[in-house]
Amino acid sequence: MERVLMKGNEALAEGAIRAGCRAFFGYPITPSSELAEYMARTMPKIGGVFVQAESEFAAINMVYGGAATGNRVMTASSGPGISLKQEGISFLCEGELPCLIVNLSRGGPGLGGIQPSQADYFQATRGGGHGDYHTLVLAPSAVQEMMDLAMEGYDLADRYRIPVLIMAEGTLGQMMEPIIMRDPVTEFYDKPWATIGCKDRKPNIVNTLHLSPEVLEERNIHLDKKYQEIKAREQRAETFMVEDADLVVVAFGIIARIVKRSVMDARKQGKKVGLIRPITLWPFPEQIVARAAETARRFLSIEISMGQMVEDVRLAVNGKVPVEFYGRIGFTPNPEELTRQILAIAEREGF
Amino acid sequence: MKVVAKRPESLTEAQFHYCPGCTHGIIHRLLAECLDELNLREKAIGICPVGCSVLAYDYFNFDTLEAAHGRAPAIATGIKRLLPDRCVITYQGDGDLASIGMGEIIHAAHRAENITTIFVNNAIYGMTGGQMAPTSLLGMITTTSPYGRSIQQGGYPTRMAELLSQSEGSAFICRTAVNNPANVTKTKKAIKKAIQMQMRGLGFTMVEVLSTCPTNWGMTPAESMKWVGEHMIPYYPLGEFKVKEEA
Repeated sequence: MERVLMKGNEALAEGAIRAGCRAFFGYPITPSSELAEYMARTMPKIGGVFVQAESEFAAINMVYGGAATGNRVMTASSGPGISLKQEGISFLCEGELPCLIVNLSRGGPGLGGIQPSQADYFQATRGGGHGDYHTLVLAPSAVQEMMDLAMEGYDLADRYRIPVLIMAEGTLGQMMEPIIMRDPVTEFYDKPWATIGCKDRKPNIVNTLHLSPEVLEERNIHLDKKYQEIKAREQRAETFMVEDADLVVVAFGIIARIVKRSVMDARKQGKKVGLIRPITLWPFPEQIVARAAETARRFLSIEISMGQMVEDVRLAVNGKVPVEFYGRIGFTPNPEELTRQILAIAEREGF
Repeated sequence: MKVVAKRPESLTEAQFHYCPGCTHGIIHRLLAECLDELNLREKAIGICPVGCSVLAYDYFNFDTLEAAHGRAPAIATGIKRLLPDRCVITYQGDGDLASIGMGEIIHAAHRAENITTIFVNNAIYGMTGGQMAPTSLLGMITTTSPYGRSIQQGGYPTRMAELLSQSEGSAFICRTAVNNPANVTKTKKAIKKAIQMQMRGLGFTMVEVLSTCPTNWGMTPAESMKWVGEHMIPYYPLGEFKVKEEA
């Protein structure tokens, strides 16, 4: 197996290519630009398409057209750019066009900053644009996972005909780690719905307009059924020392790695602390959190935001035990800071 | 018995929903006839706009997509780049193309995307109820320019064919009208030429068609046709603005 040192953005791009991505449409924005640059270098060599779009609107609509041809296509951006793409993402969801969208998230609101952030959690998990819909949201926490989840993301996208959003803090895009290169995907899904010309069949239509109330409701029920199926089947999380934990920390992405260190530090001091790291942000791994709530005495959600995922933790815990929150914005807390927070709760509660 | 006229295969049998006197029906048919005659129906992929022709996917008998307002040229780009041998057509109105989609159309032209745009200009927003369009004429009364379009309030009407003909990426830019039989014939020739140039890979092609909106103009169909000749053509002159012979 090939082991190489790679930057997160490049690992994600390479993973997408190995999953069969043949077109990238993007607009430059920090901290996602390396991903576009990797695609600009690589696509011409493999007979793929790279277009630097004039805007995020155009980029996401190029994805709409590209996905409609049945090819695996993608776009990447960051906070403000992802906001602009929301119109297109709503259309992609109703048009049931599979694709990969990457948010190398940075701080907001407004232009915010270019530091890593998780403050786009609501936008990512609640749909983000107009109408009743969800994208499937994956949150890597290592460079290896940037590649793995890009590949798995395409599989989920095609299986459910849904846009898959990878939400990774800017840090993960910028940092380098050794990773094991995955083998390229060789088997692909049939897409009889693709608009590629109506030779020997009736015309295909990709449409999101339903003027009749009956049809509109039927479409929404159809989408909801799909979302319920995804919720039932695809909840994913990594658990670490949760079984006997009094305090369960919930954290995703880069923060989860830092929390893992703090959990081990707290354990050394005799405090029973564990970690749940959601890998799917939507669907939120509520089954795994609910199971932990049967034995844990308290939860703590740690995020780089003012408190967003904590709402999903509370819904999953469903009032069984208290749920606390600790967050920073602009800064990524270090293990010492998080260990202090964890130990303070353990001491206060007599764990 | 010899068949002298029939429904083009590139049109479905669905009945148009358009208002009496609206020229979308004529333009749909001309596009369909061109695709039939060029034997391109099975290679055609159409992108429909937001506006009165939003339901065009029900009328075109080939693969179609419905776009968000103004975004058709971006969708067309995504398709054509991945399927360069297909015939990709956007069908857009003036609010769609010249207002909210101004960025998408200009950059599609600059990138020399090998697509064909049918731009239906009737100087008004039809579907939303007769609001001022970027192409509404000065003095024109609409629901959002109730005292007549003024330069101070609404600025100048946009001439898209002239604008896009300036782009190095455009291969064929033409303005026609469908206000009389002679102009209908010329429009068909222009659409056919645009599609042929797209298939030769020469670059961006657009036919702007001056059209009518009797309902929102508050005129009869006959008065509307006359108004095109008397008011629109003087501001929006007909003709070929750009014809590139080689890529």
